[in-house]
Amino acid sequence: MFVLVEMTDTVRIPPWQFERKLNESIAEELNKKLANKVVYNVGLCICLYDITKLEDSYIFPGDGASHTKVHFRYVVFHPFLDEILIGEIKSCSQDGVHVSIGFFDDIVIPPESLQQPAKFDEAEQVWVWEYETEEGAHDLYMDIGEEIRFRVVDETFVDTSPTGPSSAEASTSSATEEVQKKEAPYTLVGSISEPGLGLLSWWTNS
Amino acid sequence: MKTNACMSSLAELSLESAKWKLKFISAYFRRKDANAALLSNFETLKYISKTPCRYQSPETVKEFLIAMKGHKLTKAEKLQLLNHRPVTAVEIQLMVEESEERLTEEQIESLLQTVTSILPGDPDEQQRDSAMATEDKGDQK
Repeated sequence: MFVLVEMTDTVRIPPWQFERKLNESIAEELNKKLANKVVYNVGLCICLYDITKLEDSYIFPGDGASHTKVHFRYVVFHPFLDEILIGEIKSCSQDGVHVSIGFFDDIVIPPESLQQPAKFDEAEQVWVWEYETEEGAHDLYMDIGEEIRFRVVDETFVDTSPTGPSSAEASTSSATEEVQKKEAPYTLVGSISEPGLGLLSWWTNS
Repeated sequence: MKTNACMSSLAELSLESAKWKLKFISAYFRRKDANAALLSNFETLKYISKTPCRYQSPETVKEFLIAMKGHKLTKAEKLQLLNHRPVTAVEIQLMVEESEERLTEEQIESLLQTVTSILPGDPDEQQRDSAMATEDKGDQK
């Protein structure tokens, strides 16, 4: 679920923090910069693991702050393909079941990856697994707040960095559309179509 | 900012190691102003504290990995066993690829035994289970 990623960056320490230990200031700056942020094609950064190398600090003309090139390792949330995760059902909609892990919310299980046969109950707005046994069909509801075990089948990274100023035409049209579509930078697609996957309560022996 | 993200240099971090790091970092963070990062660290800690990993220590992880040497599992499979602590054969089937072809039933049983014996589970549950076991033995006499 978590990976260590080696990264390099230049950290700027303002002069009023020179009295603090360099390692502490750098750790704080890196955590402020990266924690809880998604890095494109890498994952959701959680916290700094350690600093592997600190190069010399330089002060450039015109700026009193010191700039230090740092090599460090960061704890990043990046589940590998086919990994099993346990999350909580946040909501259900026509496009599937939305699952959350607390610190990461953009996980969706599309209708075709649910335990088949499944149907969407419009009245309660939940997905239901129609489980067939000899006695008849049981309707197993996927309620909100239930813990669910799923397999990661796909991940998508979207580059949400701001695009530069576009032509005059585009800018006038965007002025009328005030709300821009917010895309999640990192989404996971899950699946529960195997025995053992789905709500934890479906598979407990007791 | 350059990231050395090629697969060979990524080390997979077990949930347990992440937990220790987070505890240390969040203690440090609390002294400073609250920010969004603090919230995500708290949520991550909360999530990890709900998993069976919360009872693990670096020594149990090492012990587990040594015991697993004989079973010939890939790194990803051992990591999943560590993180989830499966107790049923269905869960093992999920985590180990092609388990029906690679492992016989006895091997799956012995795998489950190793997992439940080395990786500590919920101490209350374990006490209850051992109490019930001694009760049964008493009845049998």
